Amino acid sequence: MILVYVETTPDGVSEVSLETVTFARGLSTAGGGVPIDAVVVGPASDGLPAELAAYGVRTVHHADGDDFDRFSGAATATAVASAREAAGSVVVMAGGTNRGMEVMARVATRLGVAMAANVVTFGGLSPFVVTRQVVGGAALEEMQLSQRPAVFTVAGHAVEPEPAAEPGAGTVQALGVQPSPEDLVVRVVSMESAGNDDSGSLKSARIVVGAGRGAGGPDGFEGVVELADLLGGSLGVSRVVTSLGWRPHHEQVGQTGSRIAPEVYIPCGISGAIQHWAGCASSKVIIAINTDAEAPMMTKATYAVVGDMHEIVPAINEEIRRRR
Amino acid sequence: MANVLVCIKRVPDFSGEVLLTEDAQSADARFVGFTLSNHDSCAVELAVQLAAATEGATTVLSVGDADAVEQLRSALGVGCTAAVLVETEPVELGPADVAHEIAAVVRDHEAAGTTYDLVLLGNDAADSGDFQVGIRLAHELARPVVTGVQTATVATGVVRLQGDGPDGRETYEVPLPAVVTVMEGGVEPRYPTITGRMRAKKVEVETRPVSQAPAGSRRVRLSLPPPSPSTVEVLGEGPEAAGAVVDLLQRLGVGR
Repeated sequence: MILVYVETTPDGVSEVSLETVTFARGLSTAGGGVPIDAVVVGPASDGLPAELAAYGVRTVHHADGDDFDRFSGAATATAVASAREAAGSVVVMAGGTNRGMEVMARVATRLGVAMAANVVTFGGLSPFVVTRQVVGGAALEEMQLSQRPAVFTVAGHAVEPEPAAEPGAGTVQALGVQPSPEDLVVRVVSMESAGNDDSGSLKSARIVVGAGRGAGGPDGFEGVVELADLLGGSLGVSRVVTSLGWRPHHEQVGQTGSRIAPEVYIPCGISGAIQHWAGCASSKVIIAINTDAEAPMMTKATYAVVGDMHEIVPAINEEIRRRR
Repeated sequence: MANVLVCIKRVPDFSGEVLLTEDAQSADARFVGFTLSNHDSCAVELAVQLAAATEGATTVLSVGDADAVEQLRSALGVGCTAAVLVETEPVELGPADVAHEIAAVVRDHEAAGTTYDLVLLGNDAADSGDFQVGIRLAHELARPVVTGVQTATVATGVVRLQGDGPDGRETYEVPLPAVVTVMEGGVEPRYPTITGRMRAKKVEVETRPVSQAPAGSRRVRLSLPPPSPSTVEVLGEGPEAAGAVVDLLQRLGVGR
């Protein structure tokens, strides 16, 4: 049986977790229809079981109560391990988010098995071989997971989330598990909610306007900020922009920043190094603007405009306003 | 007084294309330079800041080949005062092996009288991206571990840590000794001064072998994602292309 650690938002199942359950279904089918269970830790919205049922989940193991009302990777790992034991899972998986990585690493460590991070596909089942991203996604590693359970995280945007052809039962089972005092030592003590300018909105933005070294300095972003505004999108920047202190870190798109998957990404003055590409490769349409027609971002883009972003972007903004 | 051990990894500086070795077992680093991941640079910076704030000392450690001394000297140049190299071929080690080697150094040093209140690592390495060495290390040492940390302050017997959670900024407070994995973005890594570099040259790097044969990474082989030939459609040049861009945006249903 396959167990998926599912992350939640106030609205229901997180996008990455829906992708992960979709991936799990592919694995389940390859294994001849192996059941998929989910484990949810902490407060969950009322519609959550139905949402997971629509994605093919059989049982939702839910750990709730005071012990789980603030995030603790250690306590969550205890809950996942308890669900795994109850259900006899041979695969334990999660989305490749910071939470997912931490929880799966803790689970694998306690069970004395390997953990594969950022899996994009699986190969054979016997032996079980997965392919995962390394070097920020620029290379792929085939890794053998011969121990049981096989533990791994699924890279964000590796699959598109898709409801199951036949829904699962979605039965909720309360997990009567108690974290240990050691678990609760490592627990969030306080949290400041993010405002609209956090990286969360960037990761889920439908439209992203990007800016890189071509901006030229901290004053070079007026045009792209306005374009993002006009299109109802978010601003993303390359790593050089944040390391030079021109823009804050939460706007960074890349291997060590946010991974975005917008409908439209408009990178301006960004050369497109591997570090950055790792963060924007899942964009549906890329319209790149750069003085250098040979820059990797320009050759990898869907569309390109050659020239100075400081001339082109204001012209685009003016044209958008003119047509309204 | 907080003594800190910060663990770093020498990684190839791939900004362009990645090449693989003939046996497809590792990335071909013959034509690239080497560097520290951004997370590791921030870990070094945070370590140096924490030690300075508490009048403690920072030791930098790397598990890697002899060339990793270059990265150790950089860390010494920004304020670490001691360095350890566990000399081995990094490609032979999996994350559990690396954690085990770091734990062995911690145990040996602590048996000889240096206690590490904090062990800092980067959240993940830029090449192998395993996201788990810090957690495995903490398990071996039976110490609490917090991941994804950007800033930290030490008070008596505890460390206060902050990082970005999915819903906002999260604060942890854990008793020392503890293990922390660092995410870039909270501190700005400093550059070595000339005095720093000169001091770094004089420090003797403690070099030691691995403590046990590695179990390995379970890597079957590496491959490269299929290259996509460029199919870019050039819309135009300069501000004159603005019309074509807005036509396209409207076709894509963007920007009303």
